[in-house]
Amino acid sequence: MMIEDTEIDLVLNDLFELYGYDFTNYARASLKRRISRLFILDKFPSFAEFRYRIKSDSNYLKRVIEGLTVTVTEMFRDPLFYKALRTEVVPALAAKPFIRIWHAGCSTGEEVFSMAIVLKEANLLHKTLLYATDLNPEVLEKARRGIFPLVQMKQYSENYIESGGKNDFSAYYTAQYGQVKFDETLAEKMIFSTHNLVSDRSFNEFDLVLCRNVLIYFDKNLQERTLNLFDESIGTLGYLALGSKETLNFSTIKPKYKQLNKEKIWRKIS
Amino acid sequence: MAENKLENTCKAVIIGGSAGSIEVLLKLLPALNPGLSFAIIIVLHRKNSTDSSLADLLSTKSTMLIREVEDKNPVTPGVIYLAPADYHLLIEKEEVFSLDDSEKVNYSRPSLDVAFESAADVYGSALVGIILSGANADGTAGFNTIKKAGGTLIAQKPETAQSSFMPQQAILHAPVDFVLDVPEMAAFINSITTAN
Repeated sequence: MMIEDTEIDLVLNDLFELYGYDFTNYARASLKRRISRLFILDKFPSFAEFRYRIKSDSNYLKRVIEGLTVTVTEMFRDPLFYKALRTEVVPALAAKPFIRIWHAGCSTGEEVFSMAIVLKEANLLHKTLLYATDLNPEVLEKARRGIFPLVQMKQYSENYIESGGKNDFSAYYTAQYGQVKFDETLAEKMIFSTHNLVSDRSFNEFDLVLCRNVLIYFDKNLQERTLNLFDESIGTLGYLALGSKETLNFSTIKPKYKQLNKEKIWRKIS
Repeated sequence: MAENKLENTCKAVIIGGSAGSIEVLLKLLPALNPGLSFAIIIVLHRKNSTDSSLADLLSTKSTMLIREVEDKNPVTPGVIYLAPADYHLLIEKEEVFSLDDSEKVNYSRPSLDVAFESAADVYGSALVGIILSGANADGTAGFNTIKKAGGTLIAQKPETAQSSFMPQQAILHAPVDFVLDVPEMAAFINSITTAN
């Protein structure tokens, strides 16, 4: 059962007018599916009641934002991508006196911790700052704690090794009660903050911007706006990294960038 | 049964399958006429390997262009699209693909139900859905959505499928229009070209 397109418009309008969250340029097919899913999961008898709840109950908003945004992530996701980071990007950053990295749409932070491990192993973490942003303050709170479920560590450890990691992955965390807490020295160089790619601006210049599997949820116009925001935030010879099925091909910034290899990493050449 | 021919115009054929469906495609694709006037969209359950060569393998069997979908690729007639592993495949109203890495549906990503429902929403009666061999019931709910939107449903003849469960579920629980073996399926798809 799908909610009608006109009803989706009403919900999006309410979220913007009442709470300032602007989803109108999100990819509609996915958004429609997620709103319909929320409607069914929470067993609303009618659309009118669903809408009333959103409008009248600001606590329910948390649930809506959580339901509309996808927070799926993992450590060393796409291991060959991380291998390319290790072998091609990190060595090029090593000569800099100071390294700034931005994880845009970092969700619960698994990829930020992965990056910190890569930098630590290259002996560069001490001179790096990792900015990690998301529109959702709830996921940032989780990221800040650096606590992840123990059951996922087997997969993450395999990913880590496939990415070229040489250490014992379990040395990076301590396990307790089905959770693991990552070494606090990894988090020392992380700065977490809310940032909305729809409405907020560039806030610094970076050597590497990572935004993986976030643009797939945007329509082409919002993708273009976001890529321009990244372009403003990347210094010459800096890098942009996207998700495995995302591309610069439809963007006006493409001519300024050169793709490194078949992984989705581009270098700003002009 | 009515003649195996489509009455509606057709903008896309969406094919879903799981275990045993690659073998079917290796027979079906070479039998298709080049220059089809609609897109073919293939959604398969497959293992998420970092270096997938399925699109390359299928390309050796067809003179048509076969592309693994990247986000926001336009849906172009005459092209065969393959859903990438580990993403749900959706279609936008302006006929571009959107990918989605949210939670699995029916233990699957891509899920046939998700892709079928999205395609039905965009193409309505101009959509043909096909379910091939497979060992779970993903696709049946999506089949019902396609029919509700006026589309046409085809299931692989279960006795010709390596895993008959998936087409059987579709036949039992959705108003399937045609139950076809692989040569009949190819003839059906080719006849759509000439009909338009």
